[in-house]
This record gives sequence, structure tokens and C-alpha cells, in this order.
Amino acid sequence: MRYEAPTTTKEAANLLAKAKGKAFVLAGGTDLLVRMKAGMLEPDLVVDIKRIPATRKVTKTASGFTIGASVSGAELGENKAVKKAWPGVVEATELIGSDQVQGRCTMVGNLCNASPAADSVPAMIAAGAKAAIVGPKGKRSVAVEKIVTGPGKTSLKKGEMIESISLPKGGAKIGDAYLRFIPRTEMDIAVCSAAVCLELGAKNVIKKATVVLGAVAPTAVTVPAAAKAIIGTKLDDDALDALAAACEAACNPIDDKRGTIEFRTEVAAVLARRAAKIAFERAGGK
Amino acid sequence: MSDNNQNTNFTNQEFKVVGSRPERPDGIDKVTGRALYGADTYAPGQLVGAILRSPHAHAKIKSIDTSKAEKLKGVKAVLTSKDLPDLVGGAGPNYDILVNCMARDRALYDGHAVAAVAAIDENTARKALKLIKVDYKILPHVTDVDEARKPNAPIVQPGTRTANVEPAPTKDSNIAARNQFGHGDVDEGFKQADVIIEKTYKTEQTHQGYIEPHACLASVGPDGSGELWVTTQGHYTFRTVCSTLLGLDIAKLKVTSSEIGGGFGGKTHVWMEPVALGLSRKANRPVKVVMSREEVFRASGPTASTSMDIKIGATRDGRITAATADLRYQGGPFPGMWGLLGAMTSFACYNLPNVKTVAWDILVNRPKVAAYRAPSAPMAAFGVESTMDLVADAIGMSPVDFRMLNAAREGTRASYGPTYGPIGILPTLEAVKNHPHMTAPLGPNQGRGMACGFWFNFGGQTATDLNISTDGTVNLTIGTVDVGGSRASMSLIAAEELGISYDEIKCNIGDTNSLGHNDTTEGSRGTFSSGMATIFAARQAIDVMRERAAQKWEIPVEEVEWKDGEAHAVGVHHSNLIPLSLKEIAKASPRTGGPIAGHNETVADNAGVSFASHICDVEVDPETGSTRVIRYTVVQDAGKAIHPQYVEGQFQGAAAQGIGWALNEEYIYGEDGRLQNAGFLDYRIPVCSDLPFIDTKILEIPNPDHPYGVRGVGETSIVPPLAAIGSAVSNAVGVRMDHVPMSPPRIRAALKAQAASEKAVSAG
Ligand SMILES: Cc1cc2nc3c(=O)[nH]c(=O)nc-3n(C[C@H](O)[C@H](O)[C@H](O)COP(=O)(O)OP(=O)(O)OC[C@H]3O[C@@H](n4cnc5c(N)ncnc54)[C@H](O)[C@@H]3O)c2cc1C
Repeated sequence: MRYEAPTTTKEAANLLAKAKGKAFVLAGGTDLLVRMKAGMLEPDLVVDIKRIPATRKVTKTASGFTIGASVSGAELGENKAVKKAWPGVVEATELIGSDQVQGRCTMVGNLCNASPAADSVPAMIAAGAKAAIVGPKGKRSVAVEKIVTGPGKTSLKKGEMIESISLPKGGAKIGDAYLRFIPRTEMDIAVCSAAVCLELGAKNVIKKATVVLGAVAPTAVTVPAAAKAIIGTKLDDDALDALAAACEAACNPIDDKRGTIEFRTEVAAVLARRAAKIAFERAGGK
Repeated sequence: MSDNNQNTNFTNQEFKVVGSRPERPDGIDKVTGRALYGADTYAPGQLVGAILRSPHAHAKIKSIDTSKAEKLKGVKAVLTSKDLPDLVGGAGPNYDILVNCMARDRALYDGHAVAAVAAIDENTARKALKLIKVDYKILPHVTDVDEARKPNAPIVQPGTRTANVEPAPTKDSNIAARNQFGHGDVDEGFKQADVIIEKTYKTEQTHQGYIEPHACLASVGPDGSGELWVTTQGHYTFRTVCSTLLGLDIAKLKVTSSEIGGGFGGKTHVWMEPVALGLSRKANRPVKVVMSREEVFRASGPTASTSMDIKIGATRDGRITAATADLRYQGGPFPGMWGLLGAMTSFACYNLPNVKTVAWDILVNRPKVAAYRAPSAPMAAFGVESTMDLVADAIGMSPVDFRMLNAAREGTRASYGPTYGPIGILPTLEAVKNHPHMTAPLGPNQGRGMACGFWFNFGGQTATDLNISTDGTVNLTIGTVDVGGSRASMSLIAAEELGISYDEIKCNIGDTNSLGHNDTTEGSRGTFSSGMATIFAARQAIDVMRERAAQKWEIPVEEVEWKDGEAHAVGVHHSNLIPLSLKEIAKASPRTGGPIAGHNETVADNAGVSFASHICDVEVDPETGSTRVIRYTVVQDAGKAIHPQYVEGQFQGAAAQGIGWALNEEYIYGEDGRLQNAGFLDYRIPVCSDLPFIDTKILEIPNPDHPYGVRGVGETSIVPPLAAIGSAVSNAVGVRMDHVPMSPPRIRAALKAQAASEKAVSAG
């Protein structure tokens, strides 16, 4: 196995493009190294991106924020501006693992690992995040929901890697929230989860909304019907009931050691309801 | 916290250091990383051993082709069951251990060892495992304790005929044995009852979850002598079992116990140690084997899963008239004593005129069950204590008053046979009744439960040496592995007897070459038995020192008394003699007769049963079924707490494990009979943030058969939590939980079933 630690994104993309055999990007390594140790993966090339300055920083741009691909969960959590604009996204990222894991894990690694239960992904999708992809043919920007195509599968092509994630500016009338269900209080994988992002218009009526569920289908599921159920409302009980019903209808989970179909479906709807209330409050709704 | 541990009224002993809370002598090494655990030693030329395990729940092993693995560069030995010939007669507990270490004609569970290699490094060893070809014929399997009892279930061990039934069965089954305990006439008793409650319960299989995986370094030379460095609770037992299985002379195998990162019963049993020794013998090199976490889960000692029917009848004024338990415990593919222990412990807390407990030991295709902290008692207590609450509720009595009325006391005939001496069940219940926790207000979705538990405790064979150095410091060598801070307790005891300070004692765990046989540290015996042997060893050394003083003073030894670390001449004739301190006597020892030592070899009998009562508050989120334990109180009888802080630690640790078991821990098997959650991610032991601070109260009802009154304390407090939490959850949500763990999906399902039946009732 070869280990490389290039200092530019282009170099990294070239290494990946030219690699023979199995090549992997190494960000925090909290998925990759665990899999390697368990004998589930035997890479021929590992490209560590932590020495690339472009991946190491969080920047405020005209249109919002750019978060480098090797910014750890703990570092993101210390960024007051992002936390203020996107508390749901930051909370979701900070839920990953423990203090030790937080020192290493990244949003992009969470995304590219492509687990249906990844915590930061539903929150990123709800917030309208985009991924900056660098490859042999240059750069492109893709909505986060287009990255994961199935468990362990992404739409990234050979030689491509994600350099950063960009988030919109946010605003006083925009609120987001993410909740997951785990049997423990930490160090666990979501049995199901829900992210809600919404924007209020005049008189605190919901103008826009996105509802995304995690761990209830092969990839995170955006539920337009749930959004529709609360748009134009002030999140009264009927609207919440309709949102919950739409969420239950959108669930397509599996029965496994972490939860039954019935349990995941019901609890995902409960979480969506609760997340919507938090997001509403954060957007200034009453 | 116990308020005053300095005195026990039992022997009117005044203790000087026993009952204080000094830091444990092994603490600094453990927190700085200097302590050596099972995987932390190395030998020149050491090889890495690795084990190939069956992916099938049940399969005939038609053939094993190791030729390719043997040819791989760097492989020094490949081992199959052929290299571990049967030297134990083809039946019985040692044969079961041999078969469990290395499958012979059949793989009996997912994870059962089928072959092993020793190679120059881990990568080579792993590669070699992949080159071993095992030709399996898959056989039907059964993993559920109730399925295994059915007449048409796949037979796990052909030839199994249920023991202790009349007439003897003529057909094979998975029911290995029946055991019965009790007295009186339960049919008559139930006739006298105003209220009878009968209910079925189920508990899932759990693992001890020790953080340190099994690890050892084995070395066997061509002369047939060997050494084993291993993480174990009982190096003497490991020595006996390993030498028996391998045909070595017991005295020629030296076993050294490493520091131990938790055992809780799981390290009372050998797993891959005989294989490591076998590999070393074949390769003629030292071999180190370290299990992965997955291997620990798949192939080392979980506790039994169970199902049971509990029936209790009582009069309207709260007297239990009869009680029965029918208990089914699975022991994996080998017969065990797990059901038997369940039957013995189930009603041990109570004074019952008519009681009958029947246990069935069942075989299934799961790993060989090992002891887990008060083995078998927590499950039976879950059924019994839950039913106790139901009866109390039905007659309108508080759960505590109902238990107090029926509690066993001195002179009560225990449901498992003996008559109790002074015991602590009633005092623990009184302490619970008067505890502020019992009357603290509860919020919405919160519930409170309380439950009792019993454990026998054990004494057993013990050998201890105490050697006094010429500077007056003392080496105390004990043979019971320190799994819970016992070196601190032993040092306190030696300091108490000798009259010197705690810091002047160095307590070591001797290897098997340095002391006579010591039974395994199990049954909460460490402080009881080694404590007793330490007292007697110290008293023997004191006798030697009195003699040295008498010699110097030229007076009869009877006129020398040991007090506060000094020899005093007693009597009117000697008032001018200045006392001789231990230090002075030790310093002079080379010229007064040589080294000063004391030793003791004993079978410590009458370990003294122990009881606990727990209180627990939970909050349940009815929409998700999620449960948080928000307050927890343990009250337990310690006999005498030598080091109260470590006694509290045992109470807290046991409760923490019980909480994990009650709420989330379980072995999950697929339809294919394979374990699906062989890791800490999906086998959910509680993390720190899952637990409240666990409050403790130590009671001291002295054990008359120990010089200081000590009882074992390590196990009892894992017995009540399943039931205490079960009742708390049931009180929070209004549905009686009868299946452990009470995981969120199970709580949701119970709530929905209840809602559906209420709807049906109101519709009807
Ligand atoms: C103890 C523990 C607890 C955990 N708890 C959680 C949890 O609560 N919630 C949760 O969602 N996850 C959890 N995880 C999983 C993991 O920590 C997260 O998925 C984490 O975000 C991964 O980030 P990373 O930087 O460590 O990824 P890495 O391991 O470095 O990479 C993960 C995958 O993404 C690829 N990759 C990484 N960066 C890029 C890039 N820039 N471009 C293209 N591909 C890339 C890698 O090649 C690899 O396949 C846990 C893991 C552990 C070990």
C-alpha cells in the first residue's frame, strides 16, 4: 500500500486519477482506517488530504460559507459564524462519534463514506449545501444530495475528490435543526434521523421548507410532501400531523439489528415533528 | 456512602486502617500506561497466533486442508484438533473445554475455532488463515432457548439425554438437565392464596463486555515445560486445565496473571490459551494470541439467555403462601450449571413456606456460556421481582412493605436448602424504605422501581505468603487475581494486623510457581478468602517476631505481646523493657534466625451470603421508547467494608452492567444463526453519559465466619437492576415489561400492544 500526502488538490486528483488498483482519499480516517483495520478494505493507494491548505479552512464568502474537506467536527463546532447561521448542520456534525472522533472526523468524509445513517448529510441537504468537486477535468459544483447514490456508493468519478462544502448565507428568518435517534446518548449510529430547514415569510408563516430523513432508505430522503405540509402554516398541530404522515409515507427502511421497519418509520416522523419545531423557533417563529 | 466504617459491633474490633480509603497501589501504573496487561509482554522469537473460526452456526467438518497455509513463507505452525488429542476420556467438562477450544468433527456455533496458525507476523498469520480450506456440511441449527426445547428441534449434541428425570428419557433432546429445589407443598400453598400471579418472562444473552480482550503469550519447550502469561481471573485454574488438555505436568507449566482489564466471570474460563500453548509446542517458539473484539463476542463466554414462568400466591394481608419458578437457561452447545444456579437463587431473598423451583439446562448453537457476575441470578430475579411487584400491586401493598413482610431472616430455611445465619436482606429493605430517594417527587413520564437480589459468595482454596524485609517493609504475595482493587484491601488488612502503615506493604499477585493452589477469583472470593489468609499469615509472622523479641529479652514468648507494630513485654517483671518495633526486629533478623515470614494455606469456608436492594428512577420517552436512568441507589450488605471506596465501586460497576443489560445489551442472531452484532457499536454497553451517578449505601452485617466479618461484595448488585429498571419502566409507561433488554423498539411495541388492547376493550 502506498501513502501520499500532497499539498494541492490538483496533485491529489492526479494521484487518484493515475492510481492502479484501489485508491482512497484519507480525511479524518475515522471510517477508512477502521475499515482497513477490520480487514474490510485493502487499499493500494491512500491519499491524505490534510496537508492541502484549501481543505483546512472555513471561509466566509459573498454567498455564504466554504468549509474545507479536512476541517474536523471539533473545528467546525468552534466556528461561531457557521454555528450561528446553520446550527442544525453544526449540531449534526458534532453528533458524530465522541470527543476523540470529533478531533478527526469531517463532513466530507461522512458524506463520501455514503452510509445511509450519516449524521451530517440530511442536515447539509436540508440547508442546501453544495460540494466542490475537483477532478482530472477540473472543478464542478454539485448539490450534496447528488453525491450519495446508495449504501457505500457515490457519484464521484475516478480521480475525483471533494475539496470543500459550501453553505448558503442563512439569515434571521431561516432556521435549521437535526435530530437523530440512538439507543445510547453518544457513540452510536442513527437508527433514524430527520433534518428540517425552513424560512419564514410575513407574519411568521413558513415560506420555504426542506425536510430530509436519514437511515430510513438507502440514501438520505428528501420529503417534498412533508415540506408542502408545513409551507403556508405557522406549524400548527394539523400541519405537524400532515408532516409526520408524509414522512412516514416516505420511509423505506430495512429491518435490522438497529431497528425494525415499524420503529424506524414511526420514530423518523416523531423526530421530523420535533426538528420542525426547533427550526421554526430558530427562524424566529412563535 | 457509609457513614462510619471504622467499627463493627460484631467482634467489637477497633480498626485502625481497615475501613479507610487510601489510593490503590496499582492505580498510578494503570493510569500512566506502565501496567502490563495480557497483550503487553514480548518474548524473543515470538510468533503471532491467529484462529480460523466457523462462519456457520452448525456444520459437520468434512475435511480441513492446511497444506497451502503450511507452505506460506513465515508460517511456523498450523494447528487443528488433531494436534490437541483427547487426553481426557471423550466426555465431561474438560472434554467440553477441549472441543470448545478447537472444533473436532463439528462446528457448534458461529465463531467456533476450527484451525489456528502461528506465523512471524500478523499479516502472514491472516494470509495463512485464508489459505486454510475447510469443507463444511451445513447442518440445521437452533439458537433460541425456547425453539431448542421443541421436540423437532435440531439436535445440538447427539447423545444428550436429560439428566435427573424419571424415567430416564429414551430420546435425544437439547435439554441437558433438570434440577429442582424447594420445600413444602406448593399446591397446598396456592390453595391458601387470595391472589395468584403467574407470568412468563424472557431475557436475552449478554456479554461481560470487559474492555481488555483475551490475550496471552505462550511458550512450551521441547522438555515439556512451559510458561503462559495471560489475562485471567484464575491462573492456577488455567494451569490445571491447560496442562490437563495438553498432557503437561502441572508443576512444569508456570502461569503468570497479567494485569486484567475486566473479567466479570468471562476470564474464569480458558478459550484460546490451550491453542496458543499447542501452537508454541508445535512451532517450538513463543506464540502470542490476542483476540479481536469480534472474536471476544463470537467465541468467549457470554451469559445465558433465558425464558421462565414465575408464579407467586399471597394472602390479602401480604403473606406469600407459595411460589414456583420454571426456568429455561441455555448454556451454548455444552451442558452447564446455569439453570441450576437460577433455580437456587430465584427465591433466596424470601421466607417461603412452600416453594419449588425447576431449572432446565438447554443446548443451543451459540458460544459456550461462562460465568457473568452472580451467574444466572439476575435473570431469575427479573422474573421473580417483577412478579413480586405485580402481587404487591394486586393486594394493594407497597412493593417495599410486601418484601419486608416476606423477607428471609436469621433461621429462615432458604429456598435452595440451607438455613440462614445473620443476613442482610431486611436491613437493606429498611434502608430503602427510609431512603430519601423513595419519596423524591417524579416528573412526567418518569417511574420508580425497586428490587432485591441475592448471591451466595464463595471462599475456596487459598495460599498466601507474607515476607518481612530487613528495612521493615513487607511483601505480601497472594494468589487471587486482583480484579477489583483487592491489593489495596489486602494491604490494609496486613497493615492492620502488623500495626504498620499501608504504604509499607507491597502486595503482589504470585505466579503459579510461587504459591500453592489458589482457586480462581470468582464468587466474590478475593477479599474474603485472601483477606482471611493474609490475616493468618500476618499473625504467623507476628508469632515469629514475638519469638525474636523473647529471645533477645530472654523471657518466655508467652510474655511477649504484639501491639501497634511493636513487641511488648507484658507483666510486672518486664516493665523496664523498651518495646521492639517491627523495623528493629526486621533489621536484626539476619542475626536472630534469618528471614521473617508468615504463610497460610486454607480452604476458606462460609463466605457469607450477601443481599442488595436497589431503587431506580427512569424517564421514558413514550414516542420513541427511549429510556434514561435518572437516579439510581444501591444498598448492599458488605459484611465489613475493608476499603469502602472499592466496595462502592463494586456496587456501582455491578449496577452499571445491570443497567446495560436491562436496557440495550443483547446478542442478536440472524436466521442464518450468525451473530450480527459482534462489536461495541451494536452491542450497546452503556457509555458514561448514559448513566447517572450511582448512589451507594454500604451496610455492615458481619459474617461470623470471617475474622473481620467480611462478605463478598462484587456480584450481588448485578442481580436487582433488571427487575428494578423493569418495574421503573413499567411504572413510567403503565405496561409491565416482560422481555429484557427493554430496548426502544420493545418498549414501543409494548405500548402499542397495550393501546390496541385498550381500544379493543372499549370497542367491545
Ligand atoms: C467511534 C466512531 C463513532 C462514529 N460515530 C458516528 C456518528 O455518530 N455518526 C456518523 O454519521 N458517523 C459516525 N462515525 C463514522 C465516521 O466518524 C464519520 O462518517 C466521519 O464523518 C468520517 O469522516 P472522516 O474524515 O474520518 O472520513 P474518512 O475515514 O477519512 O473517509 C471516509 C470515506 O470518505 C472518503 N473521503 C474522505 N474525504 C474525501 C474527499 N474529500 N473526497 C472524496 N472522498 C473522500 C474516504 O476515501 C473514505 O471512503 C463514527 C466512527 C467511529 C470510529
